[in-house]
Amino acid sequence: MAASSDRNPPPFPASEEPETGLCDMADGDSDEGEDIFVNNVRLRAFLLLLLCPSFVQSTPVAVSRGVSQPDQVSEEPPDLFSEEEAISTAPTLSTTAKSNGVHSDDENDLFAELLAAVDCFHSGISKGYFVLPPLELKCGLLYYCFQQLEEEEAKDSFDVDVSVTSPEKIGDGMNAYVAYKVSTRTSLNMFRSKTFFVRRRFSDFLGLYEKLSVKQSLHGCIVPPPPEKSVVGMTKVKVGMDDPSSVEFVERRRAALERYLQRVVSHPSLLQDPDVREFLEREDLPRAVNTQALSGAGFLKMINKASDAVNKMTIKMNESDTWFEDKFQEVENEEQQLRKLHAVVDSLVNHRKELCMNTAVFAKSMAMLGNSEDNTALSRALSQLAEVEDKMEQLHQEQAASDFFIFAELLADYIRMLGAVRGCFDQRMRAWQRWQEAQSTLQKKREAEAKLLWANKPDKLQQAKEEITEWEARVTQYERDFDRIGMTVRKEVLRFEKEKAKDFKSQIIKYLESMLQSEQRVMIHSHSKAYVYVFYSGVEGFSPESWQRVYYIPDG
Amino acid sequence: MTTLDDSNKEKIRSVSVDLNNDASLLIDIPDALCERDKVKFTVHTKTTLSSFQKPEFSVPRQHEDFIWLHDTLVETEDYAGLIIPPAPPKPDFEGPREKMHKLGEGEATMTKEEYTKMKQELEAEYLAVFKKTVQVHEIFLQRLSSHPILNKDRNFQIFLEYDQDLSVRRKNAKEMFGGFFKNMVKSADEVLISGVKEVDDFFEQEKTFLLDYYSKIKDSTAKAEKMTRSHKNIADDYIRISSLMYQQKITRILIYTHIVVTMSFVSLQKVEGRVASDQELKLTELLRYYMRDIQAAKDLLYRRARALADYENSNKALDKARLKSKDIPQAEEHQQQCLQKFDKLSESGKKELTSFKGRRVVAFRKNLIEMAELEIKHAKVRSSIQLYYICFIMCTNELQYAWGICKILCEQI
Repeated sequence: MAASSDRNPPPFPASEEPETGLCDMADGDSDEGEDIFVNNVRLRAFLLLLLCPSFVQSTPVAVSRGVSQPDQVSEEPPDLFSEEEAISTAPTLSTTAKSNGVHSDDENDLFAELLAAVDCFHSGISKGYFVLPPLELKCGLLYYCFQQLEEEEAKDSFDVDVSVTSPEKIGDGMNAYVAYKVSTRTSLNMFRSKTFFVRRRFSDFLGLYEKLSVKQSLHGCIVPPPPEKSVVGMTKVKVGMDDPSSVEFVERRRAALERYLQRVVSHPSLLQDPDVREFLEREDLPRAVNTQALSGAGFLKMINKASDAVNKMTIKMNESDTWFEDKFQEVENEEQQLRKLHAVVDSLVNHRKELCMNTAVFAKSMAMLGNSEDNTALSRALSQLAEVEDKMEQLHQEQAASDFFIFAELLADYIRMLGAVRGCFDQRMRAWQRWQEAQSTLQKKREAEAKLLWANKPDKLQQAKEEITEWEARVTQYERDFDRIGMTVRKEVLRFEKEKAKDFKSQIIKYLESMLQSEQRVMIHSHSKAYVYVFYSGVEGFSPESWQRVYYIPDG
Repeated sequence: MTTLDDSNKEKIRSVSVDLNNDASLLIDIPDALCERDKVKFTVHTKTTLSSFQKPEFSVPRQHEDFIWLHDTLVETEDYAGLIIPPAPPKPDFEGPREKMHKLGEGEATMTKEEYTKMKQELEAEYLAVFKKTVQVHEIFLQRLSSHPILNKDRNFQIFLEYDQDLSVRRKNAKEMFGGFFKNMVKSADEVLISGVKEVDDFFEQEKTFLLDYYSKIKDSTAKAEKMTRSHKNIADDYIRISSLMYQQKITRILIYTHIVVTMSFVSLQKVEGRVASDQELKLTELLRYYMRDIQAAKDLLYRRARALADYENSNKALDKARLKSKDIPQAEEHQQQCLQKFDKLSESGKKELTSFKGRRVVAFRKNLIEMAELEIKHAKVRSSIQLYYICFIMCTNELQYAWGICKILCEQI
């Protein structure tokens, strides 16, 4: 979350001319002008239009008038559309957006426009139609727009901000463990100060989860599950090897613990729980025992046990509210899909690691080939090629790491979370079950009372009446519990979905950002590869200077 | 059944240079059919030479016919001093066929889009293998036609002209076994040869260089193949991810960003896939081709070394005969023959190896230029993908990220 003060526009070349040009355009739209640049959504679509060259070429009118005529935007030459498969899914996507209800109409229109722009852009790339507007113009535009948008930017404020840092190995041998520093920054008064930190170990986190799940899940809260225990990973760390896989393991765990805590504190009712406060504040926490049950397998077993209990219910629940049934089905489907996606992302990570290894090995081999080549120019070219491939290998390594840390971990988190959501639904079922059982017990008591009336035994009758009153109270209580849980579950699920959307969005953007950075460097390296090829090939007309000018290769 | 058209072929001609320049004999493979395991090539010849019956003609040939031609040339004594162009490798559709099979089995578990995409990728791979094999066969013929001695070979002419099936002349099982045996003898020769003392500096240098270079290039080829396979695996993963993302349920979670992700994944996949296949075609093929060519050069050296060994043996026999005073004239004649053969081999061998070196450097250079052009093309695609990211990231609410990304982009200028 960057503060507005951090933003210093980079020095753009030739930012003067395009800026004035843009001003003219804005002024020309005198009545629309103010609106365009105040309204974020429209501004972005405007930018999109300008940055999509093939789009611009086919709808020149749209450029000068901004987004005021959205219908013109969607008029495209039919052949561009017909050839892209992506187009066939475009209508589905826009209808999804419309039915989603989260968006206003305004945003839905933009959504459709964006889809059209995407498809056009994409088909432009694949057909090689591209004629990019000069880089300077683009940068000038971006600069200008950001100046406008800076004022509107609202900072997200969190009441409580936690972070997990500085993993430290404490102790030696099999009794060693890793202690993490948990720092909290808060504006709430219920904590002892504004910023503080404590040291915690992994079993403390598990202990917190256990306490919370025992208490809160009875109310139908979705308690975020902690990362899984891993005997293999921990043993390696305990034995003290400083190899990269142990380092990676600890880093992965640290990041997962941080996400876990952040989810806990961002939940309004969990934040109020004294256990959470104790976890964040108290210097010495009593060691959590019995965390065996909370290992990865144990956690799953717990969830499945609950589901089994529900399935074994003799009385089938007559769902008066289909919302729950539908949601449950959805959750199950989603979990399945995320699992599939996670499996593929895992394989992607492995393949990237493989690629990294193979590139390194290939680079060395090429270097040796270059050495034994007797033609000097060719020898130099091959050696340079080998060097570049070596650098590429490091990039591939980074890409693999980011794939793993950001994307795969996110998916794994949400698969566990969906398990917790399912658990929450099961709690509601159990509450219903309790209610039904109480009702049937009450019924039996009533029948017993009737029989006693019939058999005329006054003292037993009195007892029976007392029991009936007791059970009537229970039935009412359980019914109220059931309703309450139902409402909480509903609220929780909606909240969960919103959080999930936000979480995915931000994580995926982080992922894209890191991919963008590495793409950047890959591009520079592939430029230098090309440079090497051509230079050492001594081709006429390819002087280094003209090369740089045309292809923007940085010096060195 | 797949066929090829001319415009595609021009682009894939990557390995050799200037082979089809001599108008007196022009050969190409304009057409090829793939039926199950067998590939039928249509060899088309245009010639001004009178030794042929017609000025222009086409014949159908199979891979085995090419192998027969190669082996006949190798076995011809007169050509012992020449580098015989390496035989084209057998068309290998095993890889894509196996994948196609696996895809068919897994069809039930995949969505329709995923299946279609993977099928398309596989078809493209199949086509690439097909193009490669046509190219390799064509180059083999063109090397022969551009060689001043080999293009006059009678068997070569038969190969080009004979419009019936060549199977009668092809190897039968017995001969194949003989060929295998011969290979074993050759490797025994290799051990023998490295012990023979070399008289000529040029050949000594060449031998050392070729042996060393061969092992290095073989190594590089294998590593390059592994690398391009990794690229292909990653491209396949991207296809699967993007098709999963397209599905309805997941799109509900990600609002705007899903477009970015799906589109970016699709684009990335295409770039990765293209990078893989282009790298494959250029670098790996180049390395592979020259590996085989160097093997052919090595074969020349071995033949010469064997001739040298024969000559030395004949010397020894002559000495023995002189001692025993028996059969001296035969021994003398035998020695003379060996000497002549050895000299002839040395002379033509020197010429061949020198021209081979020049050819290799020129071909590498040409390939490097073409690879440069490909890299640039890919870099352009990559940079447009970056703009893509930016547009959409800006269109979500995460302006702070977009700002950072713009900064990164601007650093590029």
